[in-house]
Amino acid sequence: MNPKLSETVGPYFGEFGGRFVPEPLIAALDELDATYLAAKADPAFRAELDELNKSYVGRPSIITEAKKFAAEFGDLRVFLKREDLNHTGSHKINNVMGQALLAKRMGKKRIIAETGAGQHGVASATAAAYFGLECVVYMGEVDTQRQALNVARMKLLGAEVVAVTTGSRTLKDAINEALRDWVANVDTTHYLLGTVAGPHPFPTMVRDFHSVIGNESRAQMLELTGRLPDVVAACVGGGSNAIGIFHAFLDDPEVALWGFEAAGDGIDTPMHAATLSMGVPGVLHGARSYMLQDEDGQTMESHSISAGLDYPGVGPEHSWLKDLGRAKYHGITDSQAMAAMRLLSTTEGIIPAIETAHALAGVEHLANVLPAGSHVLINLSGRGDKDMETAGRYFGLLS
Amino acid sequence: MSAVKELLLENKQSGRGTLVGYFPAGYPTVEASVEALVAMAENGCDLLEIGVPYSDPVMDGVVIQEATLMALENGFKLKDLFEIIRGVRERVETPLLVMSYFNPILRYGVDEFAKDLKNSGAQGIITPDLIPDEASLWLDASEKYDLDRVFLVAPSSSDSRIVSTSDASRGFVYSVSTMGITGERAKLDELARSVVSRVKSLGTEPTCVGVGISTAQQVREVNSYADGAIVGTAFVKAYAAGGQEALIAKTQELASGLG
Repeated sequence: MNPKLSETVGPYFGEFGGRFVPEPLIAALDELDATYLAAKADPAFRAELDELNKSYVGRPSIITEAKKFAAEFGDLRVFLKREDLNHTGSHKINNVMGQALLAKRMGKKRIIAETGAGQHGVASATAAAYFGLECVVYMGEVDTQRQALNVARMKLLGAEVVAVTTGSRTLKDAINEALRDWVANVDTTHYLLGTVAGPHPFPTMVRDFHSVIGNESRAQMLELTGRLPDVVAACVGGGSNAIGIFHAFLDDPEVALWGFEAAGDGIDTPMHAATLSMGVPGVLHGARSYMLQDEDGQTMESHSISAGLDYPGVGPEHSWLKDLGRAKYHGITDSQAMAAMRLLSTTEGIIPAIETAHALAGVEHLANVLPAGSHVLINLSGRGDKDMETAGRYFGLLS
Repeated sequence: MSAVKELLLENKQSGRGTLVGYFPAGYPTVEASVEALVAMAENGCDLLEIGVPYSDPVMDGVVIQEATLMALENGFKLKDLFEIIRGVRERVETPLLVMSYFNPILRYGVDEFAKDLKNSGAQGIITPDLIPDEASLWLDASEKYDLDRVFLVAPSSSDSRIVSTSDASRGFVYSVSTMGITGERAKLDELARSVVSRVKSLGTEPTCVGVGISTAQQVREVNSYADGAIVGTAFVKAYAAGGQEALIAKTQELASGLG
């Protein structure tokens, strides 16, 4: 009998995952793995996290049916899982509170994090303030400019933000710099990695902390509609919000899973971040997974209008789900995403993050392949406040 | 026996000790890196370590990052590596190891990479982001082509990991001197002595110390308790500041720390 897909844990997801990191980090990964396994088995840890989710994060997040938005695409029902309503404005806080509790358990007083859009950095800075930890956030210099408001938020929360000036100066290079910091400070520091990528145990642990999204959604959809949705969809950069909502549905074969990647200027151009659609397997940031690389194994620079999806790698579990055929992945261009951002804003009064807008744009693609009356559940992973400068310029709204 | 191991044991016995010199392939150009490596061999390096430029070098400090990035910007391709090895091999007999992050090797094909490495005359590979636990393809290929495998151990490594890493290594074990990335350190950690003594007592392979070594005094000190001192950043920094001449001077200066 095949084991359940949802019960798969690292280090390996099929041929993906692993721990491709320098030996100096192995002891810290072992410590984290052991601490996490002990915490997972400890009802007191679960209770503490549940209480934080309830009284600080604002869980459970609600589901909103987007009727006017759906009507634009024909005979579909679209449901939004409102992770944008969490404290700090995105799903990222789910993982951060879990890992911050683990840092406390390990006696580590300092956390470091990488951030692209700044949402994970803001969530990390928030947890650091809440738990009284020192916090350093690495952010590509390009991203500090396009997400300047989030930089200010992190600083106001008391975190130090380091603008990374190496390589492509985006998320990939922020992760490199965080890894370098971690190698040097591993005794005192926990690396609070913000997505389901990286070496084991991160892909499994981060997924588990985000699986609350899918678990809540599954029950909420059953209550709302009396059945499971036909499609569960999310945007995919590193893949944390997508895995979070997919996970509860992995063993429901009647539920199709769709991940929407950033196709930038288009997947037929070099300017995209569609790792699963266009990449090949390789090793980046500690795990074997699909990635964008040239014929020499050099990582290629990705491109997306959305800083949070601008990453040439992806979590290993997504690579596994792709190869299994359990999840499908499709690219959404910058202009398609921006159109969806505007459409949700004007039809529903909800301004989504540009990352999230990629999943919303996916509805148009789904409308072409789904039977009439289908139910689509979308992870509304973040709110768009942080993107107002980009959107203002894009739509010509700034005077 | 591995030629590298043999050299390390001989140099230890004679009281000379060993200086391992790192230089990036293709920095600043393919031709210039051949000249640089030959000069390092002729002026006191006992063993050469050719670094493969890589887009995401997480174990490297800013000096080596900038040099390897320049190599890539100047058009370095992986196939050039084998030409560089041949070019050096034609002029000096100094044993030669390649230092490479894993993805370029994986993309090239681990078996193919090992074969081309062997044919070009190199002795093996140092793999900073590949631990033996994940290295089955490379373990097979290195056996097939009779190549050395240098894995890292660190002050944070448990005794059991030191044993398994030493068992998987061939040539020597790379002891990381301190918890940190490549770059110069004014003081070498006491941690270096401690990790070396654990490698010596728990395993059978020789061990060289790398990360942070930049003076003749440090080369001498490290050779008093380990089987060799690995220097990278100090050479690259000298070259960046004063070209070939400065590199030769730095090599001679550091080699003066040998017995």
